[in-house]
Amino acid sequence: MSDKTAQPGLTRRRLLMAAPLVVAGGAGVAFWQMLSGMRQGSFDPHDIKAPALNRPVPDFTLPDQSPGQGFGAADLRTLKVPVLVNFFASWCIPCVAEMPQLNALKDRLPIWGIAYKDKPTDAQGFVHRAGNPYARIASDLSGMTAIDWGVSGVPESFLIGPGGVIRWHSAAALDEATMHDILLPLAASLRT
Amino acid sequence: MKAAMRRLAFVLATVLTVAIGLSPLAAVAVDDPSEMLPDARQEARAQAIGSQLRCLVCQNESIEDSSAGLARDLRHVVREHVAKGESDRQIMDWMVGRYGNFIRLSPPLTAGTVLLWVMPVLALLVGGLVAFLSFRRARGSGPAPLSDDERTRLTDLT
Repeated sequence: MSDKTAQPGLTRRRLLMAAPLVVAGGAGVAFWQMLSGMRQGSFDPHDIKAPALNRPVPDFTLPDQSPGQGFGAADLRTLKVPVLVNFFASWCIPCVAEMPQLNALKDRLPIWGIAYKDKPTDAQGFVHRAGNPYARIASDLSGMTAIDWGVSGVPESFLIGPGGVIRWHSAAALDEATMHDILLPLAASLRT
Repeated sequence: MKAAMRRLAFVLATVLTVAIGLSPLAAVAVDDPSEMLPDARQEARAQAIGSQLRCLVCQNESIEDSSAGLARDLRHVVREHVAKGESDRQIMDWMVGRYGNFIRLSPPLTAGTVLLWVMPVLALLVGGLVAFLSFRRARGSGPAPLSDDERTRLTDLT
């Protein structure tokens, strides 16, 4: 009963003692949210926000990757319609998972593929098995063009607007929600 | 027995110290000596720059420490630019232009990172202030003066 009057500093001291616990608890909750976001797909530490956005595509010319025709910056800059540029590789598992989405997309938005550090025969076999969603395919054997684009890992997709400007970028595999909610509306707005 | 234990502890401490001291050397992941520049000073510069660049695949390692394919390519790019005689600043700008500030392992001081950079100073200041205030209060309200009973007991004791 008389505790409070005898030790007036007690509650404040208790508050101070609790502060580290509160901070640790807060950090724990934030960390847990990050982890659960990774599981649900709302947070992807590999989806790096490259500064490529709203810049013209970097200079490059890449050779053909069978069965497609190669392309370069000049081809993208003279485009009148939006195009999705997709970096892929036959050795990349998320690329395999992404193929049904790309095949569903190809009639509504042209997709140009760039095979990243892939043997031409392997890339050709992969595209053939996947049902070839690509209108054109180029080969970046050294991976140096990908670095100029700011690619940190395959698959990575860039939406190129008229004039060859990068309008959207994803360093993660495309899923259906992203395709319908973000990519297609954006491509439609660039077409007008 | 005790002397033997002490000697063992000393040996262990020495081994640990040497191992920790050498670990930066062991951490360099250049897979292949042919990656390295022939000029030792240029190679040292390339390693210093590379250790400031984040491997975008592993994310918590520098490109010098990582053996990911992209890290190897970026090491190669750094060495090409060093051999061309570019400055550290030019090479850093080339990387940041492609991958953003995320590629820098030490974030630059910007409006968004001010709090990060001033936090140690801020923590010291706030901690010092709290300590100063509590010491001052402790000195101000010392123990209550002795009562008459206590004083007589004290004189009896001494």
